[in-house]
Amino acid sequence: MEPYFTANFGNAGSIHSAGQRARSAVDAARESVAALLGAKPGEIVFTSGGTEADNLAIFGLVGVVPDATSKKHVITTAIEHHAVLNACEELERRGVDVSYVPVNPSGIVDPEDIRRALRPETLLITVMHANNELGTVQPIEEIGRVAREANVYFHCDAVQSAGKLPLDVESLGVDLLSISAHKIYGPKGVGALYVRSGTPIEPLFRGGHAERDRRPGTENVPGIVGLGEAAKLAAQKMAADAGRIGALRDRFQEAVCRLVPSAKVNGDRSRRVWNTANLTFPAAGSEALVIALDLQGIECSTGAACSSGAVEPSHVLKAIGLSDGDARSTVRFSLGRFATDAEIDEAIRVLPGVVERLRALSPHSVTEVSAQ
Amino acid sequence: MSPITELERSREAVAPPANAVAVAMSGGVDSSTVAAILHDRGRAIVGLTMQLWNQRRLPQLQGDGPKQHRCCSIDDVYDARRVAEHLRIPYYVINFEREFEQSVVRPFVDDYLQGRTPIPCTLCNNHVKFDQLLATARQIGAERIATGHYARIRHNAATGRYELLRAVDESKDQSYFLFGLKQEQLARTDFPLGELTKQEVREIARRLAVPVAEKPESQEICFVPTGNYVKFIEGYLEEQGSSLPQGEGEIVSTSGAIVGRHTGLHQFTVGQRRGLGIAAGQPMYVVALDRVKNHLVVGEDRELRRSICQVRDINWIPYAVPDCVLEAAVRIRNRHEPAMAEIAPTGATTAQVTFYEPQRAITPGQAAVFYSGDRVLGGGWIASIEDSQTPSQSS
Repeated sequence: MEPYFTANFGNAGSIHSAGQRARSAVDAARESVAALLGAKPGEIVFTSGGTEADNLAIFGLVGVVPDATSKKHVITTAIEHHAVLNACEELERRGVDVSYVPVNPSGIVDPEDIRRALRPETLLITVMHANNELGTVQPIEEIGRVAREANVYFHCDAVQSAGKLPLDVESLGVDLLSISAHKIYGPKGVGALYVRSGTPIEPLFRGGHAERDRRPGTENVPGIVGLGEAAKLAAQKMAADAGRIGALRDRFQEAVCRLVPSAKVNGDRSRRVWNTANLTFPAAGSEALVIALDLQGIECSTGAACSSGAVEPSHVLKAIGLSDGDARSTVRFSLGRFATDAEIDEAIRVLPGVVERLRALSPHSVTEVSAQ
Repeated sequence: MSPITELERSREAVAPPANAVAVAMSGGVDSSTVAAILHDRGRAIVGLTMQLWNQRRLPQLQGDGPKQHRCCSIDDVYDARRVAEHLRIPYYVINFEREFEQSVVRPFVDDYLQGRTPIPCTLCNNHVKFDQLLATARQIGAERIATGHYARIRHNAATGRYELLRAVDESKDQSYFLFGLKQEQLARTDFPLGELTKQEVREIARRLAVPVAEKPESQEICFVPTGNYVKFIEGYLEEQGSSLPQGEGEIVSTSGAIVGRHTGLHQFTVGQRRGLGIAAGQPMYVVALDRVKNHLVVGEDRELRRSICQVRDINWIPYAVPDCVLEAAVRIRNRHEPAMAEIAPTGATTAQVTFYEPQRAITPGQAAVFYSGDRVLGGGWIASIEDSQTPSQSS
């Protein structure tokens, strides 16, 4: 990335040599991203991140169909990221019908529920691949078949699964697929949308002709180069990461559940990405738990980073049937590529004592426990 | 052998150093200076900011009137974070919006609807800051909490109890707002500014290069951005899908004559003169709010002067409960010059307060706080006022 901040400062849209060097770098990145997804380079649109990719997919597709035609309908799920959920709520305000398909208590959507939600006027199905809070992996291939049979466009938010699961847009059967660079160790502020050839997309912004008119604006060359490099590395390291990090996650989760018997694992254990452990520690209080652990050098999250500080408990945890009290006592541990055995040992050593202290001193413990 | 077996053996309660202090940081100069002072003394500290109210609620209240200091605005969190970064201390924002609404905002609105004039700062101190925040501080491993209040706490070795005292700087004293603190709260609280004047605090802030040293002070109710509490109450009720239980009503004189109309009792407080819209020879003041009849009772200044009030939910500080009638200086609102009175307990947490001289505008919903010299003996909420013209002391 670094040379593109300084020595190779050219604008990828310029004719001169410096511009051509930037263009080559962007094209190389486009190839790397396409290779990670089993797509053609021309089907990759670079964006400012996963949120823009999701918005471009949803508004871009729904926007191309003239309002004069009959009623429009979109199908999504109850556990989508806010980038999709809030986009769908905005569609509703603009007169589009949206169906929010529920998930089972393990956090998995049933493709038959998607099929049942179909209507003649259904335009788009949008379902995430791996859930950002639970890590649960949705049956995208089956939903892809449902979409194909019904001749409905299918978007998949794969921000959380890129680099963790093999992504092949053909076998997934998707027309649109979002990824984000920082989830695969690339820079923040850059992502991409896969747009299957022939899928109509209206740009979100008006401007020049960048990204084949699908995303006007001068390309973020260093960011795109970073995404390309991250995609290349993700493809190389995925299998090894899955084995090693998956084993660490399982060991951590097993030890925590043994040492804190009341702890509960959320999400289907056999259908999860290998780096995520979403755990409920009843009556501990997630906010205090995150802070107490941070003070011990252990960083975890309440729900999604994007909604931390929110008053309402996570919509995902509610969708899998957790009580408000349990939802407010749930944290997510995400293990990275650089996690070590020693770090997991330390987390296992520290966590039970911290949870015990939180419970003993909880201002909520009495009410929350009695509410269950 | 699995490494976990060893870990299970070494299991222990984990916490930061036992002497860590959590500093409640609002982003203002006082609490920022507390953090700087304790840090300068070498104490292990954790900065905590309470997110209490979402300013995106009631957007209709924004932008009318002068731009006032706001509660939990991005700017305040930004300032608190800047101070924490300057001091290089761990710092967190904790969301207490739910607790704050339940313990402070709703009671605040309800009090006005009941014809009382509440003190939200005291409700927050009693139910959020020295309750929820202290509990969270202890959860994360800090056994004590420090705030920027101007008051003092002293342990009385003879009685074994913690005592609350006025601040050294009488002009900044906030003990009136702290009467509700229980022994277990006082035992875990530090008020480092209680021994200092505001001038000294500013000087220390400058010396320690606290980034907000020159920030102006806030005066408004923190969650009412414009200072217009009437609009806040109306907006809040609308947001909650309800409306004022009582609207327009009559303004009556103390003799019962109808002298005008009002547009809602929640807009008035005892002693208020402005906004009555009535013409009379004498200046007229709100003397009482009669919620049952929805009457606003007005009268002359002398009719505001009363001697007796009933006080409820009293928290006694130097003792669990006094064993006799007390004589003390009683403050009936912030900035009121405490006046001598006899305090006769009528129960463990109730008392009748009889002032030696009638006091102007004793107001239900405000606190009556009892002082003996610098010491706070206790305090409670003013429940009702009795007419000094119908002397009960004659019996």
